[in-house]
Amino acid sequence: MIGSKPAELSPSGQAITWSDSDKSVAVGAYALRLGDDALVLAHRMAEWIASAPELEEDVALANIGLDLLGQARMLLTYAGEVDGTGRSEDDLAYFRDEREFVNCQLVELPNGDFAVTMARMLVFAAYQYELYDRLCSSSDETLAAVAAKAVKEVAYHRDHATRWVLRLGDGTAESQQRMQAALDVVWPYVSELFEGNELVHGLVGGGIAVDPAELRDPTTDYLTTVIEQATLTVPDTSVWHTGGRRGIHTEALGYLLAEMQHLARTHPGAPW
Amino acid sequence: MSAVTVEAVRAIVAAVPDPELPVLTIDDLGVLREVRVDDDGHVEVDITPTYSGCPAMDAIRADVERRLGDVGMADVVVRLVLAPAWSTDEISESGRRKLLHFGIAPPTGRAAVGGPVALTLAVRCPQCGSSDTRELSRFGSTACKALWACNACQEPFDAVKVL
Ligand SMILES: [Zn+2]
Repeated sequence: MIGSKPAELSPSGQAITWSDSDKSVAVGAYALRLGDDALVLAHRMAEWIASAPELEEDVALANIGLDLLGQARMLLTYAGEVDGTGRSEDDLAYFRDEREFVNCQLVELPNGDFAVTMARMLVFAAYQYELYDRLCSSSDETLAAVAAKAVKEVAYHRDHATRWVLRLGDGTAESQQRMQAALDVVWPYVSELFEGNELVHGLVGGGIAVDPAELRDPTTDYLTTVIEQATLTVPDTSVWHTGGRRGIHTEALGYLLAEMQHLARTHPGAPW
Repeated sequence: MSAVTVEAVRAIVAAVPDPELPVLTIDDLGVLREVRVDDDGHVEVDITPTYSGCPAMDAIRADVERRLGDVGMADVVVRLVLAPAWSTDEISESGRRKLLHFGIAPPTGRAAVGGPVALTLAVRCPQCGSSDTRELSRFGSTACKALWACNACQEPFDAVKVL
């Protein structure tokens, strides 16, 4: 958890100096972590197309998915360039196996009903907003540029989810009960968002990455305000799921990848 | 072939229409950034996406290459640049007039400086000019538009979102 001391810090608390190649590999891994989150959630959004409760919502979820897909493409492209492996965005999206994906488990959870989708969007967009808002100041020019574009899009995602959570939470008895149940489903996956690891802490020292622990308070404050305003209750969770950053995933990711990767693996190199 | 000038290249490229808002050129929209021509006639054109996932970028790239190819310029590289992030503030005055004429409300208000929170002012109906309008959905037919309706003339319309 976030309380442990990152291994990259020397006893004096100063970040150790990495060789340029070590640093490039680390930046690639960090970009992959951000990109996998966006890619997997983009796929979940796409699953709603033609199934949303109303036409306008279909369009909204498709657009939000498209924003996330665009972010994922930029981040995966950069990851494959900077880490020196020369892997393309497609190589990374379609030809890695489940254990090589480093997305958080929150984004891979099945869509559930519409309330679960909105609860997840609220949490993830609130987190991503705080993250990108800070990553705009990264000393890595590419990450800063991706973040500066993305934060404006995520502001719309967060706002969209907020409106729905307020409407459903402070709605009918049925909608309120289902919105609360949805928060209960996603909440055990919230804490993982704020976990760092050695790699991230090393990059935080170099001004490249954002310390995930730093995002906990502002994200939680935003969520708490919305949840209370929606006359709902912040779930009382004692078990926190984690492991996504190490490639440990829920059962749901395998099915998602099977669908997402099927075409590219059946017809390698197929363009359209 | 005579020497290629930046001005000549820019004039050709600036006329490329945006695939999703064909009433606007990529220059009106602010998607066209810099054009460079070196001594050997090698051309570089910088374009920037409106949204991260904007699917029009590939089409714009192909259009730029094709139009320059039509006048004999084959040594062309179209680069996608991300910084500074595109904003609706970059849509030109003539671009705003063209949008309105086409029935699309131009972005109202400015992207907040130094922060992502945009300020949206009242959106005026592009059909009848009334400011008695309402937002139907913040997400519209493309990433950059929202769906609005006019309470005065009852017509729905697209509005470019402040970004
Ligand atoms: Zn009207």
